[in-house]
Amino acid sequence: MTERDERPFPPGEYPIVVVGSGPGALQTSYFLGRYGIAHAVISADPGPGGMFRKWPFFQRLLSWTKPYAPAERHTRAFERWDWNSMLAIEPELRGISAEFMDGTSDFPSRPEMEANLTAFADRAGVLVRYGCRWESTRREETPDGDRFTLVTSDGEYRCRYAIFAVGVAEPYSPKTPGIELAVHYADTRDAPTYAGKRLFIIGKQNSGFELASGLLQWASRIALSSPSPAKTSIETRSLVGVRARYVQPFEDSILGGGVDILSASTKGITRNPNGTFVVQLERSDTAMPMTVEADEVIAATGFTCPLLDLPSLGVATFGQSKLPAQTDYWESATLPGIFFAGTITQGQGGLKKHGIPPNSGAVHGARYNARVLVGEIARRHFGIEPTRPALALRDVRDHLLDEATLAPELWHQKAFLASVVSFDPDAGVRDEGIMPLTAFLDGEGPDAVAMTIESDGTSIFPVVYVRQGGRNEEYALEADPLHDYQGLAYRRALGTILDRLTAGASAA
Amino acid sequence: MASREEIADAIAGMALFADLARPQLIGVASRFEETFFPKDARVLRQGLTGSGFYVILDGEADVIADGQKRATLARGEFFGEVSVLLGEPPIADVVATRPLRCIVLGGPGVEAFLVDHPRVMYRMLQAQARRLRGANQRFAAAQ
Repeated sequence: MTERDERPFPPGEYPIVVVGSGPGALQTSYFLGRYGIAHAVISADPGPGGMFRKWPFFQRLLSWTKPYAPAERHTRAFERWDWNSMLAIEPELRGISAEFMDGTSDFPSRPEMEANLTAFADRAGVLVRYGCRWESTRREETPDGDRFTLVTSDGEYRCRYAIFAVGVAEPYSPKTPGIELAVHYADTRDAPTYAGKRLFIIGKQNSGFELASGLLQWASRIALSSPSPAKTSIETRSLVGVRARYVQPFEDSILGGGVDILSASTKGITRNPNGTFVVQLERSDTAMPMTVEADEVIAATGFTCPLLDLPSLGVATFGQSKLPAQTDYWESATLPGIFFAGTITQGQGGLKKHGIPPNSGAVHGARYNARVLVGEIARRHFGIEPTRPALALRDVRDHLLDEATLAPELWHQKAFLASVVSFDPDAGVRDEGIMPLTAFLDGEGPDAVAMTIESDGTSIFPVVYVRQGGRNEEYALEADPLHDYQGLAYRRALGTILDRLTAGASAA
Repeated sequence: MASREEIADAIAGMALFADLARPQLIGVASRFEETFFPKDARVLRQGLTGSGFYVILDGEADVIADGQKRATLARGEFFGEVSVLLGEPPIADVVATRPLRCIVLGGPGVEAFLVDHPRVMYRMLQAQARRLRGANQRFAAAQ
C-alpha cells in the first residue's frame, strides 16, 4: 500500500470539502479540479484506494476490465468494457486499469485495482490530505444558507458544501441473540485457519458467497442462510443477485457436496461447552425450528454508511445500510449543502424500473454519478454553465442511436442516466449531455428527448423519452441480439418518434 | 428504520400482512426493499412502464391522475399493484406530500411473492374489492 507524505489542504476555509480517498472521492476531486473549483480532500486512510486497500477478502474483484475490448483503450467507448478505471478528460488518463492486469483474469486482483487507483491519483494530480480523520460535524445557519464545519484529527475545515465519499464500509450485524459469537466478514481470518472446520455463514449476498467460494477447499462443510432464497445475477439478468464468479457453492449444494444453502431466519447463536456453536434457525417455508452445529460462524450481513453525526444534523437515512436519502443530483434530500459521491450514491435509486437498481454501488456506475454531480454543483453554485454543443437537426437521430449503442453511461447506469437533446425555440438543438433520468422526467424545460438503455430482466433495449409541451411519453425500441442500434430499422423507428417533435425535419 | 426485524415490526400491524406469522414477516422484510422519498418527490409516474408494488411505512402521498388529485395514501396503504398485475403503466402519479418511507417490490417479483403468500393476496383482493365498491358508489351517485 502506498503511503503519502504530502499533507496538502491544511485545516481552514474551503468552498468544498470532499471526505474520502476511494474511487468516489478521487473521481469527484478530479472533476472539481478540472472545473477549476477550489476544494480540499481529506481522508483517514494513509493512501488512495478506499475499500480496495483491503477488500475483497479473497483479493479478486467482481468488476471486469477487458484489455482487448472492441473499443480502443483511452476512448469513451472503451469505458463500457472497463468497469474499473477512473474517468478523465485527457485520453492518456483514461482506461488505465488494464495497464496493471497480469493477464490471468479479466477481473483485476485487489492489488491491481489499488495500483490503478494510485496511478490515477498520481498522474491526474489528485491530492488528498491523508491521515486526516473526519470526527464530527457542525452546522451553522447563516443568511446565505447553511455552512458546515468538519472537525477532524488535524483541525477544523469550514465549507459551504461538503461531499462525503466514505463508502458503505461500516460492518453491520443484526441484533440476533448471540451475534457477538460470530465474526463479521470484515474480520474473516486467513483461509487456512478454517481447514477442516464446519462453517455457518449468515447471509446469502455476494460477500457470503465470496467466502463460501474461497473456503470450499478449506472448510469441511459450509452452510449459508438467510430468510429469502438466493438468486444469481444470471437469473435476474442484472447485477442484482449473486455473481457468476461465486456460483460454485450453488453447484456443490445441488450435488450434495457439503454446502447447504438454507432459507431460514437466524434466531440465535449459542456456544457449546466444547467451544463449537449451535445456530438456531426458523425455516422460511414451514416456520419450523431447526439447528445447525458449526465450528465457526461468520456474519456476512453487510455494511452501513459511516455517516457519523450527519443524521443528527438532519440527514435522513433509510434501509439496512443506512443510506442517506438523496435528490436526483445526490444532495441530501433533507439537508441541503451535503452531497454524496461513490458507492453511497446508491441511495438515489432512480426509477428502479422492473425492480433493477442502477449500478451506483459499484465503481462503473458511481464514477458517472461523480461527473454529473460535479457538473451540477458547478452550474448551480459556481456559475459555470455546461457546454451544450449545437446539433444539426438532421444529426439528432444518428447521435441518439450512437449514444444508445456506445455510450458507457447508458450501459452502466441503465434506466438511470440518460443522454439528452433539447429543442429550444431560442437556443436551437442542443446536446445536453448526460443527466439523471428522473431529473429529466421531473424537470422543466424546453421540448427534449432522452435516450436510455434499459433491461426488463429478459432483454436489453433502448428507451426514448420525449418531453413535449411539459408532458412525457415513453417509447421502447426493440431489443437487438447484438446490441447494435445503429441500423436502418432503428433509424426509422426513432425518426418516427422524433418527427413528432420536429415536424418531420429530424428524419430528413 | 433499518433492519429486517424493524421492518417486520412496522408491517406486523398492517391489514395487508395481518395473517402472517413472525418468520413470514421477516421473509417479507427481506424480500422487499426499504425506500425513502422526500416531500414532493414522484414515486410513480403516470404512463411510464416498469414500476413496482409499494407499501407505505410512514408518511403520505397523493394519487394524481391527469393533474387531478384522486386520493391520499398513508401508512399501511399500498399502491402500484394494479399496473404490475396488468403489466401496464400506472394511470396516475403518486407524489409524496410528506417525507415518505415505503417498502417496495419490483414488478417482476410480485407474482411469485403473491403466489408464495396467498393470505396477502387475499387481503389485497379485499382491499381492491373495497376500492371497486367505492368507485361504483361514486359512479352511481354521479348518474
